[in-house]
Amino acid sequence: MTIQISPASGTDRHVGSPRSRVDGPAKVTGLAKYAAEFTAPGLTHGYIVTSTIARGRITGFDTAAAEAVPGVIKVLTHENRPDMAEDPDGYKDMVGPPGVPYRPLFDATVMFSGQPVAVVLAEDFETARYAASLVKVTYAAETPRTDIDALLGEAYDPPTKRDGIKPPPKPWGDADGAFDKAPIQLRQQYRMANEHHNPMEPHATTVVVEADDKYTVYDKIQGVANTQMYLTGAFGLKPDQVRVLNPYLGGGFGGGLRPQFQAFLAMLAARDLNRSVRIVLTREQMWSFTYRAEAVQTVSLGMERDGKLQALKHDAVHGTSHYEDYQENIVNWSGTLYACDNVKLTYKLAKIDTATPGDMRAPGAVSGLFALESAMDELAHDLGKDPIELRLINYTDREPIEDKPFGSKALKSCFTQGAERFGWAKRTPEPRSMRDGRELVGWGVASGIWEALMMPSKVRAVLTGDGKLELGNSTGDIGTGTYTILTQIGADTLGLSMEDVTTKLGDTDLAEAPVAGGSWTAASSGTAAMKACREIAKQVFVLARQMDNSALANVDFERVVFSNGRISVADDPSRSVAIVDAMKAGGFERIEVTGEAGPDSDFAKEFECFTHQAVFVEVKVDEELGQVRVTRVVSAIAAGKILNPKTARSQIIGATVMGIGSALHEESMLDHRLGRFMNRNLGEYHVPAHADIHDLDVIFVDEEDKANPLGVKGVGEIGIVGTAAAIANAVYHATGKRVRDMPITIEKLL
Amino acid sequence: MNRFEYVRAGTVAEAVSAFGAGARFIAGGTNLIDLMKYEVEKPGRLIDITQLPLKGIEEKDGGLRLGALATNAAVAYDSRVAERYPLLRNAILAGASAQLRNAATTGGNLLQRTRCYYFYDAGTPCNKREPGSGCPAIGGVNRIHAIFGTSDQCIATHPSDMCIALAALEATVQVSGPEGDRSIPFAEFHRLPGNEPEKDTTLKPGEIVVAVDLPEQGFAQNFTYLKLRDRLSYAFALVSVAAALDLDGDTIKTARLALGGVAHKPWRNTQAEAELAGKPATRETFDKVAAMIVAEAKPQSENGFKIELARRAIVRGLEQAAAGTPQSLSDKRIQ
Repeated sequence: MTIQISPASGTDRHVGSPRSRVDGPAKVTGLAKYAAEFTAPGLTHGYIVTSTIARGRITGFDTAAAEAVPGVIKVLTHENRPDMAEDPDGYKDMVGPPGVPYRPLFDATVMFSGQPVAVVLAEDFETARYAASLVKVTYAAETPRTDIDALLGEAYDPPTKRDGIKPPPKPWGDADGAFDKAPIQLRQQYRMANEHHNPMEPHATTVVVEADDKYTVYDKIQGVANTQMYLTGAFGLKPDQVRVLNPYLGGGFGGGLRPQFQAFLAMLAARDLNRSVRIVLTREQMWSFTYRAEAVQTVSLGMERDGKLQALKHDAVHGTSHYEDYQENIVNWSGTLYACDNVKLTYKLAKIDTATPGDMRAPGAVSGLFALESAMDELAHDLGKDPIELRLINYTDREPIEDKPFGSKALKSCFTQGAERFGWAKRTPEPRSMRDGRELVGWGVASGIWEALMMPSKVRAVLTGDGKLELGNSTGDIGTGTYTILTQIGADTLGLSMEDVTTKLGDTDLAEAPVAGGSWTAASSGTAAMKACREIAKQVFVLARQMDNSALANVDFERVVFSNGRISVADDPSRSVAIVDAMKAGGFERIEVTGEAGPDSDFAKEFECFTHQAVFVEVKVDEELGQVRVTRVVSAIAAGKILNPKTARSQIIGATVMGIGSALHEESMLDHRLGRFMNRNLGEYHVPAHADIHDLDVIFVDEEDKANPLGVKGVGEIGIVGTAAAIANAVYHATGKRVRDMPITIEKLL
Repeated sequence: MNRFEYVRAGTVAEAVSAFGAGARFIAGGTNLIDLMKYEVEKPGRLIDITQLPLKGIEEKDGGLRLGALATNAAVAYDSRVAERYPLLRNAILAGASAQLRNAATTGGNLLQRTRCYYFYDAGTPCNKREPGSGCPAIGGVNRIHAIFGTSDQCIATHPSDMCIALAALEATVQVSGPEGDRSIPFAEFHRLPGNEPEKDTTLKPGEIVVAVDLPEQGFAQNFTYLKLRDRLSYAFALVSVAAALDLDGDTIKTARLALGGVAHKPWRNTQAEAELAGKPATRETFDKVAAMIVAEAKPQSENGFKIELARRAIVRGLEQAAAGTPQSLSDKRIQ
């Protein structure tokens, strides 16, 4: 299926051109409103009291002092809360893993440190916060277990698989036997630290009580439909009773995929008090849910001396909570990326006493590729082969797990173009062989891979008589540029200026769309928008042709182009009709069409769809003091058609910075005796500062893909995937020290 | 954050007399307000001292007197400080952010509290926050903690960069209190935790810092402030070194060396400094003195690396100072 986007001509084409984000002015002027900024008459403010123990039971509360504070309305606990659904199924959301979802204030059980145990409701935020400090909670504490190393022996195969996450494939060949026989062997353990998302905007929910038992909810979420599902399920409400909006997000990174406890608690309080309620989490409380959990991985590679992989084993044990079996694809990438006849991949979980982990940008791939691409680099050095050459020796054009060709895979071009831009040919392969004064210089490379997904999505398009187009659906623009690319697609398809197109997102009253995640939004919502606009184009064309003495009389739709607000004959531009004239002549004030898109099952039967990355990194490391500087990164990306090189580049730049954070900085430190993350603030949980970021360069290589009519594969995750491995590989090349546990902090290089 | 009474003082005497149990002076508030939000500090009364006439930077006995309310930015960008005390300038600019330095004051910088995770977390015990409750940092998450002068009550570090330079420069702290005015040599201003980790300084209740005096000798030729941290900006020191040398050719006449990030106070070893005097400014000399200093260090469960890091940083800091190539603030490459 191929649909041409009109017009194909000239400079007025927006798709494929760099365009500034249409929501930029609202964001930089403060007009963009976020979940905690909406208000209502008589707004009540909630402040959450959290558990100081990680495991045990609440034995009592003393709320008298808090309740005595003037302005305090109520202190809600599990003892005095209104009735709530007991059936855990009521608390399911669109992306939750198997298990029993956490039910806030359900009972006295404490399952993780930082768990909400009470909510103080007051007339203003300051009063609520102060009174919360006066709530006394007593516990019967049990010894928490949060050290995954102590739980490796109890690791288990999750009995129920998480929807959308493929379990490891059946082994093929004889990986153990081939490994034992291989002349070159590598078997190493790799690990990365627990990481928390820490978007700028903390989670927040404002529930506005409307008439007739209806609610308007502003929730920090990556897709409002998910909050609607969760709240209607948990409170036994109907969808038309709960409208959820979230027009803007101050960063998501996966941390906003699942509705969080503040949404539930704000609704619980609003229904209890019959008042509008807002709850905002503190930065510290952002460590009490969804995080990238530590995974302990072992990679075993057996190779011929010529570099051909003979055996590939990748085993991961991953942390999850006691109440849900959260799962990621950590190991399957190893089966997809390289050709190997003997492959065995395993993935197990270990239950630790924290909140359920969750998706964090390229979940699974960041951890898995760090291990795999570090291991490949180790063997390249062992064999004296260039790391790119070793990867090309084991390159595959067929996806090995499903044994199908890739829909497109321009990874070779990524290596070629990236190496050229980076100057890779000047690298001397020996570790510690390049130096700049007191600093050792290291150049490293790694591959990245991510799925190119589509999800069922709708977009409603409305063309009005004044020639203006409005597009909308319920997904979120999590800072990626969704507003902008949909506007570009709408403008191009109907030949309008971008100023004539308005895109609305993040409202359950708009057309239904999933959460914004998995890098699927551009392909899914983009295709739906294009289809909707294409249908409008056909309808307007009919109106134009029906006009008296129409310039388009007897012309087929295939012969016209839409440009500058007019419908013109492609090979005779003098024959044209203005869209507004056609609408007027046809007597139409508006034309409304809802477009739908989803995975192309015919395509999926034949092809496997992935994006790829080749990322090149230069580090400089002070030889004596171990201080690492990432001085250059070139990230070459193969992700199909790039709708907007400007916003797409920003995606890759941001992901590169996040990859630098993973490699060098980010670590949520657990005190295993307390079961508590200790560095819960942005002063002590380090993400890169400006001084840590130098030259970042992005290349989008040409790639034709036919999984969807736009040829789009998505760019949200791919930029982070291989970045940490490339940094670790560069650090090895600089120093001769192989660091297999991220982050690479100073002590690991002394 | 608790409810508190707020009063604004017009004079030092008013501020001192407004003090009482549970009161705190507030100037820039860059640390105190955080601590109040974290329920670490719960002052019943805040005495706003921002209107006191203590903002000036003046000549004093051949040195400079820094008013307690002179902001960190005002001190760092004062031309006399830049010319005569570049060590102090560099140390200030190695810390915090431009916004924080615009608000934070000289007196407040001296009174910054530790960044120990447990101290900040009211949900855990901490002897510094609640005397007698215990120290979970011992045997816990203590990668950033002290290697010198710890006690079985507390292993927290002092977080300031500016104070490391002031210690090396042998500044004097001028205070005013209920019992009058007094001067405190900088080395005696901060204290080790011992059995009273709740006390960071030797200030008595109600005493207020009014000025910090810099002596005449500023070591403006041979100095450095070298700060090693977990990212290249906006992080507290794992180890920092303020080094200042007075050289006669290649021979050291006087040496000052203070370490940050390693103890409950700016860490000096005057014996080691004396050892440097009269010696050639060579790597061999520096190696010997660095080894002598870290010989006293005691590791915790996660911070043993700081001992070797400190040893190497001392050597590099002394090399930078001797060569007259202080650590650049803008270029993060270590000279």
